[in-house]
Amino acid sequence: MGRYVARRLLQMIPVFIGSTLLIFCMMYVLPGDPVRALWGEQSADPAQIAALKHQLGLDLPLWHQYWNYLTGLFQGDFGTQIASQRPVADVIAQAFPVTLRLTIFAFVFTVVAGVLLGLIAGLRADKALDRVVLFFTLLLISVPSFVLGFLFQYLFAFKLGWVTPTVQDSEAWGQLLLPAIVLAGLSLAYVTRLTRTSVAENLRADYIRTAVAKGLPHRRVVGVHLLRNSLIPVVTFLGTDVGSLMAGAVVTEGIFNVQGIGNAIFEALNRREGSTVVGIVTLIVIVYLVASLIVDLLYAVLDPRIRYA
Amino acid sequence: MRGSRSVKWAALAATVAMAATACGGGSGSGGSSAAGKPEGYVSINVNEPQKPLVPGNTNETQGAYAINSLFTGLVKYTPEGKLENANAESVTSKDSKTWTVKLKKGWKFHNGEDVTSDSYIDAWNWYANIANNQQNSYWFSDIKGYDDVHPEKGKAKKDAMSGLKKVDDHTFTIELTHPVSYFKEKLGYYTWTPLPKGFFKDPKGYGQKPVGNGPYEFEKWTHKKLVQVKAWKGYKGDNKPKNKGVQFKAYSGYEASYQDVLSKNLDISPQVAPKDLAKRKSDFGDRALDEPFAATQQITPAFYSKSFKDVDPKVLQGLSMAIDRKSITKTVLQGSRVPATGFMPEMVKGYQKLDTDIFDYNPSKAKKLIKEGGGVPGNKVAIQFNADGGHKEWVTAVCASIRKATGVECVGDSKPDFQTELDARDAKQVKSFYRGGWVADYPLNVNFLKELFDSKAQANYGGFKDPKIDELFRKGDKATDLDATVKDYQAAERELVKKMPSIPLWDYAANVVHTDAVDNVKIDFRGDVVMTDVTVK
Repeated sequence: MGRYVARRLLQMIPVFIGSTLLIFCMMYVLPGDPVRALWGEQSADPAQIAALKHQLGLDLPLWHQYWNYLTGLFQGDFGTQIASQRPVADVIAQAFPVTLRLTIFAFVFTVVAGVLLGLIAGLRADKALDRVVLFFTLLLISVPSFVLGFLFQYLFAFKLGWVTPTVQDSEAWGQLLLPAIVLAGLSLAYVTRLTRTSVAENLRADYIRTAVAKGLPHRRVVGVHLLRNSLIPVVTFLGTDVGSLMAGAVVTEGIFNVQGIGNAIFEALNRREGSTVVGIVTLIVIVYLVASLIVDLLYAVLDPRIRYA
Repeated sequence: MRGSRSVKWAALAATVAMAATACGGGSGSGGSSAAGKPEGYVSINVNEPQKPLVPGNTNETQGAYAINSLFTGLVKYTPEGKLENANAESVTSKDSKTWTVKLKKGWKFHNGEDVTSDSYIDAWNWYANIANNQQNSYWFSDIKGYDDVHPEKGKAKKDAMSGLKKVDDHTFTIELTHPVSYFKEKLGYYTWTPLPKGFFKDPKGYGQKPVGNGPYEFEKWTHKKLVQVKAWKGYKGDNKPKNKGVQFKAYSGYEASYQDVLSKNLDISPQVAPKDLAKRKSDFGDRALDEPFAATQQITPAFYSKSFKDVDPKVLQGLSMAIDRKSITKTVLQGSRVPATGFMPEMVKGYQKLDTDIFDYNPSKAKKLIKEGGGVPGNKVAIQFNADGGHKEWVTAVCASIRKATGVECVGDSKPDFQTELDARDAKQVKSFYRGGWVADYPLNVNFLKELFDSKAQANYGGFKDPKIDELFRKGDKATDLDATVKDYQAAERELVKKMPSIPLWDYAANVVHTDAVDNVKIDFRGDVVMTDVTVK
């Protein structure tokens, strides 16, 4: 077990180096020069551009730039932003907690509401309630998140006046509730459908019949025997979902003015801030890797037949 | 079974650890107070300044708001675009080559230090020095000795420009390499502001916590959230703040800020997103302002491209007349722009009514002119634009208008973003037209003509070159008094109508919305809200 985890952690190192290299190259081949763009449509000054590039090391060949980046990274230096001259580590440290909060909120909402709805629908498969849930999830899947965002903004902020239309303080938990629900919408629908199918199928399984025949109380049959076995596909989905919730929040963050990772990476891409993009994407890659490790470990918890040596 | 048990614990521990770190990260920064606005302050959506707040480096709208509130230079522009003395008692010159500046006495920086001749001379030398990587360094290129501190290659040879000489604490002279009759107009740009002594010891620190001599003093800058300044009691200028302070709040877009003004969580949004343009009047009534300012949108032919190589200007005149500016500005742009009547907006000094009909919509004459001029190769043109700037709608409309009026096929050539678009211009890969335009550095016709159509101008990406125009520009540059320069440039503009270096489309208007909690919202010539004038009810 310990060895398994250690092996998995060690595997992350080549993935880490590979992904930084890949993203670094991608940023390099993107058209558009970030230093030149600082001048915009105004008269640019070639001498100053050259001097600035030299100072930032952007005039070096690609391999040299990457080497400088990597060696900096191992000393805890994520690089410096070209325009703002702020350390990239600062930028990340500011945006990451906000996104983390948003993600946790959205994630908890997805799990609680999704599994519950899925369970109810699955237990009453093909009845009226099931149809309602199916219709509701279909709606969530087909409606783009920005439509949902504007709709919620209109409904809850302007019609009902419960909340402010945008997030006034990205660090306040309560204000992140609305964007979190919007963000969770799509995942919620998937989790509900996955749970429903899995529960409906396992209801017909032999071990459930046995459990019922043994005279176990209904709660225990559903809560332990049925749910535990039905959750494996859901957990698989949730594991990868953490990453996409974090990185995919650009639109939602924009609507509600949340200054998180999505916003930061979008802006960095727009301004061709290579080191910022590489730093953030690498971080998201790590989150993906850790999440998938946890998912694999959770399999063993859910299904005792699965073991790691 | 033992294996599965330990796995269980490991998984649990991992989940708990993740949750714990998340919460830890949260509470660390969550301690700061909720975004409250102090009494009497005005809040406005101005996104995070892109760069440290140094007058020599800032050249984008966001940073300019902060710089303009924190620093005051020798002269400044009124909201109407008139030039008046600010920190200067007088700026005079007999030959437009050597300028004498006399400073008003008693002006101080926010830290109590006196504003003297040295504050200006040292600052300008620092901005101009190539080693300091200041983006506005080229502003100082007229000054004698600029080449020593900012050579085209290599390091600076000296650390001061020989053209700047101190006479006494409140007088200094500026010697230029050649006469520039509108030099005083240039001084109105915020790059020409002074710096306190402490800056030179710690430029980085001062870039985050600037100390200036302007109407407001710096309070705090919470990155990605807000820049806050408060009215400074010691300010000696006549544009004293009529409010107690300003919060420049960062928003990811104008959609969000519009909603916040609507719900009164924000006082002013200096722009309106295309999505909300149509409903701004019904939402805000007379609190939705459309104030024209000194900026123009044009489509500029690339004279090296297949479409326009050795083109007869008549073709371009014809294309210009094929664009129905009135309907496009009214419908597609929702009245947020004003149809162009020349190569610069009306408020610019030196604007003239041009005796021409090339800005009118006239399909039959357009067709005739294009035919006379020999037509467009391939009967097709393209307009290059960047897809991230909200230009697609009007490009499509302009193309439709050209197609309908003349039968010339017109398509939008979309580049994903502004950087890529600029790249194509720099690399001379524009296929026919590109989206040109200019925002005034100083509201003078020279700025709109020389920077775009001089054969040597950096921003002349289309490669327009005409000896007669260059000659007229030179003549204007040599004139030693401002009126003569303006007149020469006006003559050049009249000539440009025949040469068509570009097709002006429309002039900009700032679309501002504000709540009823603030009043007296005015726009300056750059389209920015004049923060010192805003009053709080």
